[in-house]
Amino acid sequence: MSITINDGVFIIISGLTIVSALGVVFSRNIIHSALFLVLAFLGVAGIFFELGAGFLGLVQILVYAGAISVLIIFAIMLVMNVEAEKTNLPNPSLKTHLWGACLALLLIITLGTSIWRSELFQVLGPPAVSDAVGLLAELMLGNYVVAFEVAAVLLLLAVVGAIILARGVEEE
Amino acid sequence: MQNILQISWIIPVLPFLAFACIGLFLHRWPKAAAAMSILAIGGSFVLSLLVALKVFTGDPGQVFELSARWLSMPGLRVDMGIMIDPLTAVMLIVVTTVALLVQIYSLGYMDKDPGFASYFAYQSAFAGSMLGLVVASNFGQLFVFWELVGICSYLLIGFWFGKDSAKNAAIKAFVTNRVGDFGFLLGILFLTIVFGTLNFGELSTQLIGYDNIAVLLPISILLFFGPMGKSAQFPLHVWLPDAMEGPTPVSALIHAATMVAAGVYLIARAFFIFSHTPQAMFFIAVVGGFTALFAASIALVQNDIKRILAYSTLSQLGYMVMAMGIGAMTAGMFHLMTHAFFKSLLFLAAGSVIHALHEEQDIWKMGQLSQKMPVTTWTFVIGALALAGIPPLAGFWSKDEILLGAYVGGYTGLYILGSLVAFMTAFYMFRLIFTAFFGSNTNGHHAHESAPVMTVPLIILAILSIVAGFVGSPYMNNIFGHFITAPGVVHHEANLGIMVISSLIALAGIVLAWIIYQRKIINHESLRQRFSGIYNLLSNKYYLDEIYAWLIAVFVDGGARLLEWVDLKIVNGAINGLAFFTGWSGRTLRYTEDGQVQTYALYLFTGVVIILITALMAVFTAIV
Amino acid sequence: MIGLNHYLLLATILFGIGVYGVFSKRNAVAILMSIELMLNAVNINFVAINKFIQPSNTIGQLFAIFVIVVAAAEVSVGLALIISIYRHKKSVNLSDFNLMKW
Repeated sequence: MSITINDGVFIIISGLTIVSALGVVFSRNIIHSALFLVLAFLGVAGIFFELGAGFLGLVQILVYAGAISVLIIFAIMLVMNVEAEKTNLPNPSLKTHLWGACLALLLIITLGTSIWRSELFQVLGPPAVSDAVGLLAELMLGNYVVAFEVAAVLLLLAVVGAIILARGVEEE
Repeated sequence: MQNILQISWIIPVLPFLAFACIGLFLHRWPKAAAAMSILAIGGSFVLSLLVALKVFTGDPGQVFELSARWLSMPGLRVDMGIMIDPLTAVMLIVVTTVALLVQIYSLGYMDKDPGFASYFAYQSAFAGSMLGLVVASNFGQLFVFWELVGICSYLLIGFWFGKDSAKNAAIKAFVTNRVGDFGFLLGILFLTIVFGTLNFGELSTQLIGYDNIAVLLPISILLFFGPMGKSAQFPLHVWLPDAMEGPTPVSALIHAATMVAAGVYLIARAFFIFSHTPQAMFFIAVVGGFTALFAASIALVQNDIKRILAYSTLSQLGYMVMAMGIGAMTAGMFHLMTHAFFKSLLFLAAGSVIHALHEEQDIWKMGQLSQKMPVTTWTFVIGALALAGIPPLAGFWSKDEILLGAYVGGYTGLYILGSLVAFMTAFYMFRLIFTAFFGSNTNGHHAHESAPVMTVPLIILAILSIVAGFVGSPYMNNIFGHFITAPGVVHHEANLGIMVISSLIALAGIVLAWIIYQRKIINHESLRQRFSGIYNLLSNKYYLDEIYAWLIAVFVDGGARLLEWVDLKIVNGAINGLAFFTGWSGRTLRYTEDGQVQTYALYLFTGVVIILITALMAVFTAIV
Repeated sequence: MIGLNHYLLLATILFGIGVYGVFSKRNAVAILMSIELMLNAVNINFVAINKFIQPSNTIGQLFAIFVIVVAAAEVSVGLALIISIYRHKKSVNLSDFNLMKW
């Protein structure tokens, strides 16, 4: 069993993603967490490229690593009222820690073992579709046009809602 | 003449109309109410006479039936209709005659009573219910009127409801009847389940050749529960003596025509069922015979004029029921008819005495009445002679036929018992007469004869008591027996020996009474002292009321206390426990709602993980 | 050779880290970030399964796009909420938000 270049790339990218995700969770500084989050997003984008979904990878970089991260960092700046080193402390309640850890581990172990042992997922990579973007466009404006429009309306509502919530009630 | 049968449904309707009219419009005008009531029952009487004329000039086996669907559901069909056959015709005559005379008599007896109008309303309803019962063509309708009779008797026994004793007597009568009626209703339901019909004619057709004793025996016994309550057979007899608390004409009506006759009539009507099961017949005969002896023995020592008559009624009812039980249905009905006349006569005459003596009922405080109240006295004596069975009065023929049936049928024990009862009957009746009417006590001196409105019914009834027996006399073709019969009824040739013996027994009873109470050759006081044990037992009616009270106290009240405990501790406990548990769990569980988003998320994810693991395990076990 | 199961395993681990993050942090913004991690894990699943099981079309990618859309909306509204709450409570600490306590 030989390791190809692709395999090596996957291992490196996934390792980077997992480490960044751990960094998000374990950093004590919220700014660091946000930066680790950007890194994790980029890692996921790499995975998308690896999977031959180049368009999606670009969207991931633009929307997540670009827009959402910036939004989060702005929000952090707005709500930060203590020194940066104490902005992202762990939950003081030990109970939630333990319980959460148990749940996460259980989830990973059960799902992981079932994925690992199931024949269903022992599939090796077939050739990727060449014109993924074209197909995506056809689906979006064809069969899934209603969902597409609904998503558009949802985004609009989210924007309006966010403005109203963040602006607050004006004192008169 | 067929037309008269077509309109015979009017007979029970007329008194009910009178009842409605009085209740709705006439209750403020007592005279009008009484007139209305008497007019209605008079109309019924005339119609009944015409019907009877039609029936008794025709073929004995003829049955005229007319009915309309009343209610129908799967498994139960009840019609409202009329059925006219000779048995019905006899009952119609008896009921309307007695009811009419009693109502006329009541004009005098109930004069100036504040409840005059409602009294006549109840009387009408009572007579109407009884007539409806008599003409009923099926058990369902019969049961409806049976219950109406019960409620009317309740109203009339408790007519003077200001008196506690009257109120209690009414309740006692009603509740005791309830016991019997419950069994009766069960029997009816049993019938409809087994045979699918309640109609007398259809039932008797279906019963031909039907011999499943395991079904018929419980039906018969259950049906007999009804007569046991209504006709006051042991052990449900306790209400009848207490029913004396009502006005005396009501007692006459209850004892003669309307209430207690219903039970005996039912046995006769359903005779085709009873006669199928010898065991049930034997049971009926034994209950009847025992009641006859039992009641007669109590009557020996009673001092209240109405109570003596009440126990004599019980005893005579026992006679009739016993006659039914030994298969002498004709004799039983015959006795029912003659008894209706002389017993109503006795009660009305007793009422006349009570009225004259201002509500005095103790026979030892009467005396010398024969001089002041000759009509009352002599009609009473005629009634007593008829009851005692002295030839050729009505009671002689009917009683003799019963004794004949018992003797020829091989029921020697019951024959001896019947003769003994006849002896006791003659004795206690003449004990009453010699004490109250011819006694040396002078309390009777300020009495005066009652008004003609009361004495005329007495005279009519006295005449009936003399002549009514001739229709069933074996020396006059026995027309009665020719018409009133049913499959399984046995007829016997007259036996002169039996007649002579029973006459002699009755005479002996009278003579003994004469010796003790008139001539005073034997002092009855010393007799009482010597047999004080038996005397106390009898005068306390075998302590049956006390035993019933004790049984009720132990079983009913005890059961109620037990159920109360169950209700308070177990039922309430369960409910309170449930309520407490709900409150407790709510108080405890609310601490899980700590307002922390993460806590809620924990619950949610725990659920997700549990479902996930379960699902995965299910999938993997299915694969492996 | 890397197969579908490797991708799914990666997604599971990411998801698990996200779950742990949701419970272990007290800063509301950090929890939002953890949720983003979970959503990304889901996206990886969509795309990977699309590629390995049904390579002839791109429905998985389409769903991933919808997820990104919804995530964007969720983040914007969520952050607006956090800012709004911060204005009242002067805190983004979740344990301070217990208005619905028993």
